[in-house]
Amino acid sequence: MFDKKELERIKQKKDEWDKNCYSKHVKTHPERKDRFENLSGIEIKNLYRPDDIAHLDYIKDFGFPGEYPFLRGIHPTMHRGRLWTMRQFSGFGSAEETNQRYKYLLGHGETGLSVAFDYPTLYGYDTDHPLSRGEFGKCGVAISSLQDMEILFSEIPINNVTTSMTINGPAAIVWGFYIANAENRGISKDTIGGTIQNDILKEYIAQKSFIFPPEPSMRLIVDTFEYGFKYVPRWNTISISGYHIREAGSTAVQELAFTLGDGLEYVKSAMERGLLIDEFAPRLSFFFNAHNDFFEEIAKYRAARRIWAKELKKLGAKKPRSLLMRFHTQTAGCTLTAQQPEINITRVTLQALAAILGGTQSLHTNSMDEALALPSEKAVRIALRTQQIIAEESGVTDTVDPLGGSYYIEWLTDKMEEETYEYFDKVEKLGGVIPAIEKGFFQREIAEAAYRYQKQIDENKRIIVGVNNYTIDEEISVPILKMDEKGEERQINRLKKLRKDRNNSKFERNLENLRKAAEGDENLMPYILDCVHSYATLGETCQVLRDVFGEYVEPAIY
Amino acid sequence: MNDIAANVLKGDPRSIARLITLAENNDPIAANAMKTIHPKTGNAHVIGITGVMGSGKSTLIYELTREYRKKGLKVGIIAIDPTSPFSGGALLGDRIRMMELATDDGVFIRSMGTRGMLGGLTSAVYDVVEILDASGKNIVLVETVGVGQAEVDVIKIADTTLVVLVPGLGDSIQTIKAGIMEIADIYVVNKADRSGVEQTLAEVESLVEIACINKDRKIPVLATISKENKGIVELIDEINKHREHLKKTKTFEAQRRKRYEAELVEIIRKRLMNFIFDESTFKGKVESLIDQISKKELDPYTAADEILGKILK
Amino acid sequence: MERKIRVLVAKPGLDGHDRGAKIVARALRDAGMEVIYTGLHQTVDMIVETAIQEDVDAVGLSLLSGAHMTLFVDVTRLLKEKGMEDVLVVGGGIIPEDDALKLKKAGVAGVFGPGTRCDDIVKFIKKNVKR
Repeated sequence: MFDKKELERIKQKKDEWDKNCYSKHVKTHPERKDRFENLSGIEIKNLYRPDDIAHLDYIKDFGFPGEYPFLRGIHPTMHRGRLWTMRQFSGFGSAEETNQRYKYLLGHGETGLSVAFDYPTLYGYDTDHPLSRGEFGKCGVAISSLQDMEILFSEIPINNVTTSMTINGPAAIVWGFYIANAENRGISKDTIGGTIQNDILKEYIAQKSFIFPPEPSMRLIVDTFEYGFKYVPRWNTISISGYHIREAGSTAVQELAFTLGDGLEYVKSAMERGLLIDEFAPRLSFFFNAHNDFFEEIAKYRAARRIWAKELKKLGAKKPRSLLMRFHTQTAGCTLTAQQPEINITRVTLQALAAILGGTQSLHTNSMDEALALPSEKAVRIALRTQQIIAEESGVTDTVDPLGGSYYIEWLTDKMEEETYEYFDKVEKLGGVIPAIEKGFFQREIAEAAYRYQKQIDENKRIIVGVNNYTIDEEISVPILKMDEKGEERQINRLKKLRKDRNNSKFERNLENLRKAAEGDENLMPYILDCVHSYATLGETCQVLRDVFGEYVEPAIY
Repeated sequence: MNDIAANVLKGDPRSIARLITLAENNDPIAANAMKTIHPKTGNAHVIGITGVMGSGKSTLIYELTREYRKKGLKVGIIAIDPTSPFSGGALLGDRIRMMELATDDGVFIRSMGTRGMLGGLTSAVYDVVEILDASGKNIVLVETVGVGQAEVDVIKIADTTLVVLVPGLGDSIQTIKAGIMEIADIYVVNKADRSGVEQTLAEVESLVEIACINKDRKIPVLATISKENKGIVELIDEINKHREHLKKTKTFEAQRRKRYEAELVEIIRKRLMNFIFDESTFKGKVESLIDQISKKELDPYTAADEILGKILK
Repeated sequence: MERKIRVLVAKPGLDGHDRGAKIVARALRDAGMEVIYTGLHQTVDMIVETAIQEDVDAVGLSLLSGAHMTLFVDVTRLLKEKGMEDVLVVGGGIIPEDDALKLKKAGVAGVFGPGTRCDDIVKFIKKNVKR
């Protein structure tokens, strides 16, 4: 990258500086640690210089935003042209309560919707299923039928705003609810936009809200790719996620490597079915974590873009839209503390800034009270304002990829790419992503990293402000979100009535058709939509698939 | 606690569990209870299951148990995992694979750490087998820590020993040829849907050919896919055939006799070691002898003579 | 003869976040305890039956989905009904202070929220187990 003679001159000067300035200084003023390392265990030097990145080539390795390898950004103008979508993940209790929260957030300036579902919904159970007891609406909204979806989006302009839904096992069915609701409102499905998370591989690895075994799950996912490409072209049929892998305790490099590995697995599966890469790749999207180490996170997002572009090119993708990686980011929930909760606002600000400087397309900022409960109105408003302040007041959006060219950032980006490829090799030697999951490879790596991290904290080698240093004796006094106690009962009654009032012969016929189709290899989306339109509940539809596909039992890794 | 033995014989889970704990901790109450329990044992078929890590032993046990339950038989399961030599603690996770059975009152599952014992078992396992047997279990499955050469103690306790392998072990079969590979009454190649299964079966078959020359029973080699419930019924068949074979050739009693011998040896060993190293009578003396050995004032053999001399006097 | 503390670590209900439970299980093991880890999606019945069969000294429940008021209370109650009132019940996860107080009244001896050191859990169990 640099002129050889110039590099020599600089090296000479650097050696002098080392000898005369740096070494002398540290003799009497030692550095605070013997070794500085980031959260992935990569050693960080005292100073990064031109020779650290001299081996890189600007045109080949950096390029320009909007062009391969997309390191500096996927659009030519990035946030100068359009700000990231401010999309706050939310949901709790019943559809009515969450509908209110969505209107509140949209009223305060959020620009995209994001649905959090409760555990029964995530596992494909209706509110009145025995396993749902005590879980209704606790960590997200309960959606058991098309009727609930209608209430959830009542008076919300879903033709104008996009919706992301964090749903995996039963994603195809919940997507069905959303599509059917739009159609019933006269909004054609080729105009609606949004995302379903629909990333089952990371469920096996980290989030654990899987239902069926890998093979039928992948089939369902490719069904959604196919259906989406044909009929719902503005929809992202998958959000390949690293967020949860990170939350489960992985390092940043692991988050990067495991997420991209999963992504490539989906691409291969779709191609195996005969889908053309340039047809489905443009609608693949990603979801990353924004954790504490500021520069590491920025390097991670940049490395992700470059690696993805390279790999898709290898697989034969030609359209630029197939090669560019679009991603949503959420600030790291696992870094929030219950102690001195207000200071979480500071943490979230730094994490959000990293995501923005890393070029995210969409962002969720956590609320300060989330180590204690779901966000209160005030807390979520502050979280939204955090994004708005960065956007309007900080100036960081005035130029594209402001940290590009930084010796440290480019070196670290390159290093993370290198370590990612090492993981790709390891997984390949194990036979690929799914065999590696069966062997517990990812789960073990994550559990080890999580344990190491906790030990560092317990031994005070890593300081968490307010927890193992700078602590106070306190009464926790942030207002905690309280939910409607009667919500569960109301929901159960609503379900009873729905099951009585619908056309039950039509409903049974549609379920039977779904069962037959699931046993074959047709695309299941049309059958699912038929069930949805006849008001089959989530639990009833899922049970059919459970019967045909079976349920997944995970290997025991700790 | 006087009627703990009586309650165990009635099959009360709480009492079974408590007595197992007492036995594990060498509590004299347990020794006393065993006097009532031992005469009531002998009915259960004890099946030892060993094999390399990752061979799916726990899932196999789960599927075997389900089949046995279909036949109306009661099952006791002892799942043994290694105790850390550094911390003395243990992560006992075999139960995860069997949690569906937790609420079946015809099944009793106990997780145990090896607690310093080598050989793949734990010192109290003899007691636990007897307790489960006397409590009315028809089948007792013992899942051992089976990693390689030395974890072969399972044959001391089991009527029928299963060695579980996985396809693709390849050279591993060669390296574990001695030890684990010698103790099987039945070989099971689990996860038989994995690639390399034909080769693994062939390798084991050839080992069996050689080992069973001039023997009156050829060790069967079975393929199973435990997570799909394939091959389980056939395995139970072979287990039953093995039991009949033992009875027919009168080896059954001889084998049981070896178990009681091993049990007696273990009880004596524990008591002796306890007496020497833990009881207050000798402890001080032992400590000072070890000090002298460290300072090279004494050699270990002379020290042993001294201690044993005092005991055997 | 060494007496080991036996602890059951379980995740009741549908919550799939097992990072903390696994870390606590390892920490207890490293502190010399025998830890029976039963994994995800345990029903109240499964947990209590396991506690009986394994004759545990303590039960540790982990829950981050908000369903703790139902599930922790049910486990504690059922343990009592089955004659296991001597068993120490502790819990962790996302549990607001108000709920933690209610849980303590219902028999959950210790509630360990975010920011807890593993060492504190170890010390608490060692200090408070009955046998």
